[in-house]
Amino acid sequence: MTEAKVTAESSEVLKPPISHAGIIGWARLNLFNGWFNSTLTILILVAALQLIPPFVNWAFIDSVWNTTGAECQQVKGACWSVIPANFRLVIFGFYPAESQWRPLLAMIMLVGLLLYSKNRNNWGKRLLYIWLFSLFIMGVLMRGGLFGLQPVESAKWSGLPLTLILSFFGMLAAYPLGVVLALGRRSNLTGIRSLCVVYIEMIRGVPLISLLFMSSIMFPLFLPKDLNIDKILRAQVAIILFTAAYIAEVVRGGLQAIDRGQYEAAESIGLNYYQTMRLVILPQALKIVIPPSVGILISAFKDTSLVVIIALYDLLNTSKSALSNPEWMGSSSEVYIFVALIYFLFCYLMSSYSRRLEAELEYKSTE
Amino acid sequence: MSSQNTQPSGKVFFWYDPVKRGIIYQVFTLLAVGLLGYYLFSNVQINLERQSIATGFGFLDKESSFEIGESLIEYSSADTYARALVVGVLNTLKVSFVGIVLTVLLGTLIGIARLSSNWLVSKIASGYIELFQNIPILLQLFFFYALFYEVFPSPRQALNPIVGVFITNRGIVYGVPESHKAHGAMFVAFLVGIVIVFFLKRWAKKRQIATGQIFPVFYTALVILLALPIVTWLLYSAPTAMDVPKLSGFNFEGGVNVSPEFGALLFGLVLYTAAFVAEIVRAGIQSIDKGQTEAAMSIGLRPGQIMKLVILPQALRVIVPPLTSQLLNLTKNSSLAVAIGYPDFVAVAGTSINQTGQAIEGVALIMVVYLTISLSTSVFMNWYNKRIALVER
Repeated sequence: MTEAKVTAESSEVLKPPISHAGIIGWARLNLFNGWFNSTLTILILVAALQLIPPFVNWAFIDSVWNTTGAECQQVKGACWSVIPANFRLVIFGFYPAESQWRPLLAMIMLVGLLLYSKNRNNWGKRLLYIWLFSLFIMGVLMRGGLFGLQPVESAKWSGLPLTLILSFFGMLAAYPLGVVLALGRRSNLTGIRSLCVVYIEMIRGVPLISLLFMSSIMFPLFLPKDLNIDKILRAQVAIILFTAAYIAEVVRGGLQAIDRGQYEAAESIGLNYYQTMRLVILPQALKIVIPPSVGILISAFKDTSLVVIIALYDLLNTSKSALSNPEWMGSSSEVYIFVALIYFLFCYLMSSYSRRLEAELEYKSTE
Repeated sequence: MSSQNTQPSGKVFFWYDPVKRGIIYQVFTLLAVGLLGYYLFSNVQINLERQSIATGFGFLDKESSFEIGESLIEYSSADTYARALVVGVLNTLKVSFVGIVLTVLLGTLIGIARLSSNWLVSKIASGYIELFQNIPILLQLFFFYALFYEVFPSPRQALNPIVGVFITNRGIVYGVPESHKAHGAMFVAFLVGIVIVFFLKRWAKKRQIATGQIFPVFYTALVILLALPIVTWLLYSAPTAMDVPKLSGFNFEGGVNVSPEFGALLFGLVLYTAAFVAEIVRAGIQSIDKGQTEAAMSIGLRPGQIMKLVILPQALRVIVPPLTSQLLNLTKNSSLAVAIGYPDFVAVAGTSINQTGQAIEGVALIMVVYLTISLSTSVFMNWYNKRIALVER
């Protein structure tokens, strides 16, 4: 009995050896387990010592934050002054300054709507109507002409609002088209199936640039001569046609994941094709494909930057036009890092959301 | 009884016959698509007539009268549009090929690093993946291109990180061995080595099946492939003359020059796509059950054999299809060259469109070229995938 007591006491007193606990234990386990990992760790630390101090010097210590362009030329470090000086141009582009609150409000609405849609308890028909209504309001805010708002022609839409419009409107409009294409590709009717296959494979086989070229130089030829569609809408159509093909493939994956029994059960209770799809198959299939759809939204968001090539002023192009001002020549890195941060923030939030959603949905389905 | 089971043979209103109804649907869809096509086509004809643009590919034989910055084949502005477009295709293929090789290497490395037991390595790898995946490729291209022009020094103050390599704002210049007939012979020796290895491998397999003895093919092959060219080089009395770049006037002469456009494009494409490839490689390796490794160990395979015979064949099955689509993405993204002035196919076709006004033909050519590359790659990859696919009972 005394023996047992002694062991109990000593186990309370004895702490794990210092080499296996705390920070040292952690480092031994994660950084220096074996000669190979130890060498790697040391090499990385040496490289970091070489690279990080110069970068910190450039970005923070030697940098200037609020000067004119001329003063910037004298500085060794980063010239962050270029960003406050051109902030309006980069974010809002050529939108009239006195109406700038309108795109700002529209963007806040969009972000708020996205945050609201994040919560899965809010998903439903109501959310769809809220979205449609808000999109209408955002359109009115951008375009003006209603409720006493001054009209702003779309040629002046630029900067971050344009990037958001092209990607989110594009995604929303492409989704129904993509679903139809996916259903067509899975159809038993040879004619319809081959049409859809040709469309999807053709679009996926060519770069987005070629479609944008087509939109900017060929669409005018396709339309009757008195019908003039503005440049942004044409690019938007190209993005929609492009995104739809990728959505179709994602949705097809969801359709394939649905058990055949579901189709047979729907048939056996006498539902026709339309009812089967709308009431049984699509609700399940679309739920499966939400995470990969967010992935498509991310690439659509990044891909909108390609409209630079057909001379639309999206976020990337307004930042380039800020750089073309001779006063700020030579500050490309600073501006590009700033714009990259904006893109990164949006994409990173979306992708981490999609990963969380995937985990949640998986958990729920195994429950 | 049987009449109840089969379809009623009596007259059915045609609308309720799924076969007939299907035909009607298809006819209507095709008709609608055809009408739309006809409408667009007639509009095009009217518009072309109004703007008096001649259609057709006749312009291909005309003199292009524009210069192209870099080219794999001989080209001058006196050549035809057709030759200019070929130069563009070759430039696209060049950047895609080099890019694909580097991307697969870098992506695999980062994918493995992501799974490393070293905390620092795995965090750096995942940081890299997040960073490069979430920034548009075009922005990265602009950034690297600006780096060349604004950060790198002029040739007179060129950075010289390794002997014979100079980094300047006119591109990266590096030395190469001066051309010598030994190089051709070394190449032939290397080819001979490949043939020998091929037969060696067949013989080794036959012997293993017959006797069960394993022949160390890999190391023998390595020795043969290295030794044959080196011996040939020594036979030609080991020429070591180098074509080293030298500063003359305002720029370097000699050596090989990688233009800033090509460098920025390659850099951007490789760094961007490698982030995606790394995720694919990681997922592929993680998809293999731990039991596979343990089973392989328990039958006495060595770590190298486990990787080669058990893990890789299974992981590749998961990796290859998404890897194909990423490499195709790289090829398609190489069309962004037009934004930083590298003369790839889209850039050359764009210039041709601007000069001749042949928009329809130009865009059609762009689409046909990329479709050909995409479809032939996917045909090859489908064949490869079928070869390595699991043979199920």
